[in-house]
Amino acid sequence: MEFKDYYKVMGVARDATDAQIKQAYRKLARKYHPDVSKEKDAEARFKEVGEAYEVLKSPEKRAAYDRLGKDYRPGEDFRPPPNWDAGFEFSGAGARDSAYSDFFDSLFGAQARSGRANRGGFHAERGEDHHAKVLLDLEASLNGGARTFTLRMPEIDAEGRLVSKERTLNVQVPKGILAGQQIRLAGQGAGAHGGGTPGDLYIEVEFQPHPRYRIDGRDLSLELPVAPWEAALGATVQTPTPTGMVDLKIPAASHAGSKLRLKGRGIPASPPGDFYVVLQIALPPASDDKAKSAYAALAAALPFNPRESLGA
Amino acid sequence: MTPANDRPLTGMVFDDSAMLSIKDLSRMCAVDEQHIVEFVEEGVLNVVEISREWRFSGSALRRARLALRLERDLELNLAGVALAVELIEELEQLRRELKARR
Repeated sequence: MEFKDYYKVMGVARDATDAQIKQAYRKLARKYHPDVSKEKDAEARFKEVGEAYEVLKSPEKRAAYDRLGKDYRPGEDFRPPPNWDAGFEFSGAGARDSAYSDFFDSLFGAQARSGRANRGGFHAERGEDHHAKVLLDLEASLNGGARTFTLRMPEIDAEGRLVSKERTLNVQVPKGILAGQQIRLAGQGAGAHGGGTPGDLYIEVEFQPHPRYRIDGRDLSLELPVAPWEAALGATVQTPTPTGMVDLKIPAASHAGSKLRLKGRGIPASPPGDFYVVLQIALPPASDDKAKSAYAALAAALPFNPRESLGA
Repeated sequence: MTPANDRPLTGMVFDDSAMLSIKDLSRMCAVDEQHIVEFVEEGVLNVVEISREWRFSGSALRRARLALRLERDLELNLAGVALAVELIEELEQLRRELKARR
């Protein structure tokens, strides 16, 4: 097992005061908190920092850890000596739901963080609720349907150790679900203790980027290429929408970026979202003599200066 | 625990039409009701009153959880939580708009 240098993780000296440790933690936590950080490895770093702080902020745990660290030489495989923690009483259960390292578990055990479900001291017999985020394809929301997710869940095994387990869930995704919404699966959380009911599993939905549509809340939008004459003269063109191809009427004198709204054709939530078509002007390539002469004829027929507004 | 089986699980969705009581919300967030009351008083959570009882939407559930994580992990006080939640949501909104313009 790897020995974790909690002082190094926090960037503080071994004789740092409680105030210095607290200050270092807050700074690192703000930097790496998954809800606010844009750093790539934010979640892993935040867990590491949280674990270090859990030990260093508690006088009992810190003293026990310091005693261990005295005899440890870097690079050595680490095993906690038997009864290393004799004479220390650990108080103040940790309130984090993230899994700590094996190193932490071997020292302070799973009991150090068992307090979470009981915060507030009620329904202690009920199993803990679990939370997970899943990435969903947009079609699952457009049509509804079953999807299979693989989730990693922390679990307490028969020996009372915290282990990470993979489980596969087949979930009926309700039609019209939106990013950020939660699905509660009753009884799929942690097992119950002492005959109570098991906890629930909450799944928060995120969408994968869609190859064709952009997703904004309940609205969808599509960039639709049109020919210059279709935009200038108006036309009726075939447009894909989530419910199939439709004939879309493009008004005359449209331009690049013109937005057409198809009411109620976005995500079928309640109320349903809208579907936006944003026009893009596609230029035909001047790849042969016929095309070149057509462009030349247009140039001759139209006095057009696209840079007029620039004074050029 | 539960292996994948053929019948898909169905769950309940918490959308904006969900009407959660303070008891529901406190149970779902594993905090006591007083804590939820403090969030409402500080303006972290929006609430509608129906026949003199508080009701929360599904997005309040997400907000409450975010607020609790910030409070716990960053050791923020209530005013700090309220400010952070507002700024985070504004940032999310701006990022969405930026993405929409690209």
